[in-house]
Amino acid sequence: MEDFLNSKVFGIKWSRLLLNCQQTLYMVGWALLIGTFIGLILALILVLTRKGGVVQGKAARIIYSIVNAYVNVVRSVPFVILLVTIMPFTRAIMGTTIGSTAALVPLVIYISPYLARLIENSLLECSPGIIEAAKAMGANTRQVIRYFLVPETLGSMVLALTTGAIGLLGASAMAGYVGGGGIGDLALTYGYEKMNTPLMILTVVILVVFVQLIQLLGGAISRKLRAHR
Amino acid sequence: MIDIEHVSKTFREKKTEVRALRDVSIHVGRGEIYGIVGFSGAGKSTLIRLVNRLETPDEGTVRVAGEELSALKGNALHAMRRRIGMVFQQFNLLEGKTVYHNVAIPLILEHRSKAEIEKRVAEVLDFVELSDKRDAYVSQLSGGQKQRVGIARALATSPEILLCDEATSALDPQTTESILKLLKRVNEEMGITILLITHQMQVIQMICDRVAVMEHGQVVEEGEVLEVFGRPKEEVTKRFVRTVINDQVPETFYDTIRAENRHYRLEQLKFIGDSVNEPVIANLCRREGLEVNIIGANISQMQGSMMSVFILQLIGETEQIEAAEAYIDGSGALRQRLFIDWDSRTITEIPAGKGAD
Repeated sequence: MEDFLNSKVFGIKWSRLLLNCQQTLYMVGWALLIGTFIGLILALILVLTRKGGVVQGKAARIIYSIVNAYVNVVRSVPFVILLVTIMPFTRAIMGTTIGSTAALVPLVIYISPYLARLIENSLLECSPGIIEAAKAMGANTRQVIRYFLVPETLGSMVLALTTGAIGLLGASAMAGYVGGGGIGDLALTYGYEKMNTPLMILTVVILVVFVQLIQLLGGAISRKLRAHR
Repeated sequence: MIDIEHVSKTFREKKTEVRALRDVSIHVGRGEIYGIVGFSGAGKSTLIRLVNRLETPDEGTVRVAGEELSALKGNALHAMRRRIGMVFQQFNLLEGKTVYHNVAIPLILEHRSKAEIEKRVAEVLDFVELSDKRDAYVSQLSGGQKQRVGIARALATSPEILLCDEATSALDPQTTESILKLLKRVNEEMGITILLITHQMQVIQMICDRVAVMEHGQVVEEGEVLEVFGRPKEEVTKRFVRTVINDQVPETFYDTIRAENRHYRLEQLKFIGDSVNEPVIANLCRREGLEVNIIGANISQMQGSMMSVFILQLIGETEQIEAAEAYIDGSGALRQRLFIDWDSRTITEIPAGKGAD
């Protein structure tokens, strides 16, 4: 095993390649987890406070406008620029801008509004009739979300997260270049700057495999959730 | 039980205004089945949603079991809604979940214990005759079965009131009938007050005690079902009554009527319940000496009572016919003279240019 890890593949050690794969998984995994949490909250706020939503009133309108504007603004900044712009912020909360963990800050800020939009679309697939029935049963807002809105749209939400995860994989490659490591880092520093074309192609193949796996997994979970419909 | 007084509601979109309800008042007594009938856009969906405050009125008050709804906030409103079940045209069930889960949901919302939920779900599923479908997924059920699940779900929390929003409009006639029978049982065996809205007069005829007819956001006619069916006053009510009680003359009879060259009048007679105890038609021939042609007849049953409609051609001298008319009016039967407009070949209650006389 030791020998294998120290042997080289297209100019780098296998151990290096595996470490970078691990870093990519780390960044995508955590950013997806935290981003989904924030994205779901943002999406719920958008769906509940929108015109005709469950929560109405002046406060709801203001909250909707703020969240909607935030999502649009962040979504319109290209990731590389966002990455550089928020570096002081990243340093302030992480103490550094280097490393996979520090890279999570821009990744989460980038992906959560994106996921919020995708999840919002999924939540809107829930028929208004279901929500009306829930309210007629005497469900409060929390119960409407927990027993009706989310379970009804979970299958669609998983597909949305699949799309989000693949977007995140692309972003993580860029984050890596700025200091996060990962497959993208490998491709750029060795493949591009040192003109190691075979290694660059290998990283592309690895990314393609990752995307395929994410898509397969997402599709399977979604199908399972949507069974019996 | 439900007191809606002088409610008005206007929906405002950017440029258009829709006055969904204009000064509507209805009162539904405890244990009644009250039907609201109207064409789409008459305002009935808005009206029924006032009762569980899915809609709020701009003006007027809504009281349920003596409680003013606009005064209820937060948990008090949720508690009130649990006393009111609702059934929908499109069922609004969780399609990907089992029958059991769908019926259990209102009880889960109330944080009942698992044992309690199991017991109650079994009871209501038994009541709607779906015990064998307990573990089936809703998407596998037929429309009628889905509506039974919808009713079971509405009954789970033992409500005092059941609201039915076009509960049978998405179903075929046979299924409609079985669902209506079920609703009747809900009313009789559980003592639940039912308020329903529909555009099918057949629904009103089959199960309602009282009916309100709505048009353009207003209640134009209201009363006991038998009364409204027997003596509809407004044009829209007559149109609705005509959808279940055929009082039209078949096309082929027009020539028969016209071929009669003796003096005649066309009359429509209605016999409601057991208000008439004499053989009226036989007496017209025997006592009044008229020749009577029965052009059309229709008998319908409602609320355990019967209503029959006859269209008669009375042949005889004017004085004879007038005497007969007086006799009919005195017998308790409802009489309406009809005229044929030969140009459009339709029957009217108002004489057209060339009357039949």
